[in-house]
Amino acid sequence: MNSSIKISTDDRIMRVVIYVLLTLLTIATFYPFWNTVVISFNNGMDTSRGGLSFWPRQFTLDNYEVVMHNHLFFKSLMTTTARVLAGVISSISLTAMFAYAMSKRDLIGKKMYMTMAIITMYFGGGLIPTYLVIKELHLVNTFSVLFIPFTISVFNMIVFRSFFKELPIALEESAKLDGANHFGILFKIYGPLSGPVLAALSLFHAVFLWNDWFYAGIYLTTEKWIPVQTYVMNLVNSNAATAQMAALTGVSSSSAPSSVTSRSLQMATLIAATLPIIIVYPFLQRFFVKGVLIGSVKE
Amino acid sequence: MTATELAQARSKVNLKKSQPSLWRKLKGQWDLQLMVIPAVLLILLFSYFPMFGLISAFQDYNPFKGYFHSDFVGFKHFHRFLNNPDFALTMRNTICISLLKLFISFPAPIVLALMLNEVNRMAFKRIVQTITYLPHFLSWVIVGGLVMSLLAVDGGSVNTMLIKLHLIEEPINWLSIPEYFWGILIGTSVWKEIGFGSIVYLAAIAGINPQLYEAASVDGASRFKQIFLVTIPSIAPVVTIFLILAVGNLLNAGFEDILVLTNNLNNAIVSDYSTVIDTYVYQSAFKGFSQYSYAAAAGMFKSVINVGLLLGANYLARRYRQESLF
Repeated sequence: MNSSIKISTDDRIMRVVIYVLLTLLTIATFYPFWNTVVISFNNGMDTSRGGLSFWPRQFTLDNYEVVMHNHLFFKSLMTTTARVLAGVISSISLTAMFAYAMSKRDLIGKKMYMTMAIITMYFGGGLIPTYLVIKELHLVNTFSVLFIPFTISVFNMIVFRSFFKELPIALEESAKLDGANHFGILFKIYGPLSGPVLAALSLFHAVFLWNDWFYAGIYLTTEKWIPVQTYVMNLVNSNAATAQMAALTGVSSSSAPSSVTSRSLQMATLIAATLPIIIVYPFLQRFFVKGVLIGSVKE
Repeated sequence: MTATELAQARSKVNLKKSQPSLWRKLKGQWDLQLMVIPAVLLILLFSYFPMFGLISAFQDYNPFKGYFHSDFVGFKHFHRFLNNPDFALTMRNTICISLLKLFISFPAPIVLALMLNEVNRMAFKRIVQTITYLPHFLSWVIVGGLVMSLLAVDGGSVNTMLIKLHLIEEPINWLSIPEYFWGILIGTSVWKEIGFGSIVYLAAIAGINPQLYEAASVDGASRFKQIFLVTIPSIAPVVTIFLILAVGNLLNAGFEDILVLTNNLNNAIVSDYSTVIDTYVYQSAFKGFSQYSYAAAAGMFKSVINVGLLLGANYLARRYRQESLF
C-alpha cells in the first residue's frame, strides 16, 4: 500500500506471520473438503488401509456409480430441487411485497406491522410449539411443509425495504400518473431495478432450503418427501453408528466384499449432495457480500 | 341546484377529503394492504400461533384435546425441568459451550478481518476469502460428514498424521471421547463461520477514514501499532452490536452442530458433554416419549432468559458505549 513509507522490522515480522497464518487457515479450510473428494474417487477397500490424503491411490468411479444408481438419493434430489424452486419463488415475491408496502410512508398500520415483525426476530414459540402448530394445521408429511413455514423472513424484508427506500420517489409518482397500481409499480418498475438484492436474497434462501435437513426431519415422518440433506444425514448416521460400534468392539467395519465401503459411499454421496452449492458458489460470491452488508445496516 | 347548495355539497366533499374515514383510507390503498396481508398471515401462523402455543408449557398438553381442552398444571413442568437430575449438567454444558464460543468463535472472524486487512497482495487475499467463505454455505450434515471422515479411526487424516508424527501410537476414536467433544465442536464452528463472519468486519474496516492512519504513521506508529490504535477502536461499534446479539444467544449453545457431531444424539457416549438445553428439548419431544409440554417448558425457560440477556446487554451497551440495537 504505502511502499514509499519505510517498513519497520516489527511490521515485516507481522506481515510474515500474517501470511503464514492465513495460508495455514486456507489449507485447513480446504483440506477436509479435498480429502473427502479424494476418498470419494478412491477404491473403498484401499481407503480403509489408511494414509490417504492428497491424491487418490486407486482411482475409481465405482462409488459414484453406486450413488447414481441409488433411487432414493435421486428422488430426494428431485424433492429438494422442487423445494428450492417453490420456496424461493413464494418467499421472495411475498417478502418483496411486504417490504414494498412497508417502505411506503402512508401505509396504514405500518407501525403495528413492523413491531409485529421485529418481535419475531428476538422471540418465538420455539421448536415444540411450532411443531405442534404445524401438526394441528395438518402440514406434517406434506410437500408444502418443506417451504411454507419459512416463506416470510423478517430479515429479508428489512433488506428489501432499505433497498426500496433508496429508489427515487419520482419513479413511483410517474408510474401512478400512468395509472399503475402498487402491484404494477413493484413488479414492473422496482423489480427489474433490484437485480443484485433480488439475486442475493434468492440465493441465500435457496442455500438455506437446499441445506436444511433438521426441519424436514422433524416435520416428515415418512420417506415420501425426504429432501437430500435429510437423506444424507440418515445415511451418514446409520453407517457411522455401525462403524462406531465396530470400532468400539474391535471389529473392522470394512469387511464387506465389495470395493465400495460404507465410508467411500458416504463421501461420494456428500460430494454429490453438495455439488449444486459448489456450482452456484461463484455466482453467490458476487452477491453475498452486498447482501450481508445491506442486511447489517442498523434498523 | 342553487349556489349555496352547491357550496354546501362541495364543502361536504372537501370535509370528506380532509378527514376521510379509516375505511376510505384503507380502500384508497387496497393494493398496499393486499401486499401486507399474506406476509402478516404467515407471520401470525408460524410465529404468533407458536407463541400462543407456549401455553402448552403450562398444561399437560394432549394432542387429541388440543390447547383448549388440555388440563392446566401451572408451573409443574418448569419445576420438573429445574429439579431434574440432568438439569445441572445440561446448564453446565450450555453455558460452557456458549462461553467458549463467545471467547473463541466470536473474536475469530475479527482477527481474520484484521489480518486480511494487512494483506496487500490482492490475488492472495481473494483466494483466502473465497476458500474461507465457502464452509458457511455447506449444510451442517455435510460438515458433520467431513469431520467424521477426518477424525475416523480407520484411516482418518488426523489419526494418520498424528501417527506419522509419532505423537500417538494407536488411532484415537476422537468423537467417542467425551472430554474432546467441546474442542471438536468449537473447532468445527470456527472452521465453518470464520470466513463468512469476517465480511462485516472487513466492511467496517474499509469504512475507516484513511487520514486516521496517516496521522498515526506521522506520529510514528508502526502498522502493527495502528491496528490497536486505529483499526480496533474504529470497528468497536460494530463489534458491540454483534456482541449484544451474541450475549442474547448465550443459552443457544448450538444445535445442528451438536446433532451432526453426535449422530443425531445416537452417540450417547459423549452425552455428558454434548447435552445442551436445545438438544434436551429435542430429545424430550422427539426421541422416546413425546413429552411436548415438558419440552416446551424447557424451551421457554431458555428463550425467556435469552431475551432477558439481550435486553440487559442492550441496556449496558447503550449506557456505557452509546451503542445499541434498539
